Amino acid sequence: MDTPASYVHWGFILISVPNLIVIGAMVVLFAIALIAPFPHAGEGDDVGNK
Amino acid sequence: MSATSSLGGTTPEKPNSWTLRLRQAIDRHLPMDHLLPDRQPYYVGSWVYVFGVVTIAALVWVVVSGVVLSFMGPQWWHDSHLGKFFNSLHFWSVQLFFIFMVLHLWGQYFMAGWRQGRAATWLIGVVTFGISILTAFTGYLSQQNFDAQFIAINAKDAMNSAGVGAFFNVLNFGQMYGLHVMLLPIGVTILVAVHIVLVRVRGVVKPIDSEGGSRS
Repeated sequence: MDTPASYVHWGFILISVPNLIVIGAMVVLFAIALIAPFPHAGEGDDVGNK
Repeated sequence: MSATSSLGGTTPEKPNSWTLRLRQAIDRHLPMDHLLPDRQPYYVGSWVYVFGVVTIAALVWVVVSGVVLSFMGPQWWHDSHLGKFFNSLHFWSVQLFFIFMVLHLWGQYFMAGWRQGRAATWLIGVVTFGISILTAFTGYLSQQNFDAQFIAINAKDAMNSAGVGAFFNVLNFGQMYGLHVMLLPIGVTILVAVHIVLVRVRGVVKPIDSEGGSRS
């Protein structure tokens, strides 16, 4: 807890490993949300829109 | 035109009554089937649309745990087991709030969620994001530990160089704590409520190039 995080230094990019892991996990989660089938998808209709 | 009074009788309603105009405007723009729909458009069947509601769920936990922390105080949240639990609950629900807010932002950006009269919804979301960052920042300054002092002492020069140090003094715990537990959370909550109402008024944006969905 009291030790500083490791950093990735790549050209002008400097980011801590924990931050890099969180951003990577977010990208993966976003990709899964686009690909994964949604329950009862396609059963809706065109209501609720103007 | 008449209306039923609270005493059971009917009273004439003035056509220029602001309450009447407000009620008619709500009926016109936000009927109950829009506010609480039981069916959604077919294109909402995707996990991308879940990010927004998870953000709201995280915000509820942030507010609930924050209220408990503010009632009990720093001694409690630093020293007792239950206090540490609520401190952690507050911290991690904030992490989830920001993670899912950014995922929601990505989703809306790539589907151009500002199309077809939804610019206000998009802009309110952007402003909410900005105020949330300020709320989180004042939260880090309100921890009452060495971490908070370290952040405050390093941030003061940035604030002074930006010209806001006289009004936004990060070394003033009372000011930071007051902003964090009252003004900023109320602002975020009101903006989120308006954001949700606008989503319900306009509905979810149609996919680009679908029938009735345009790029503009």
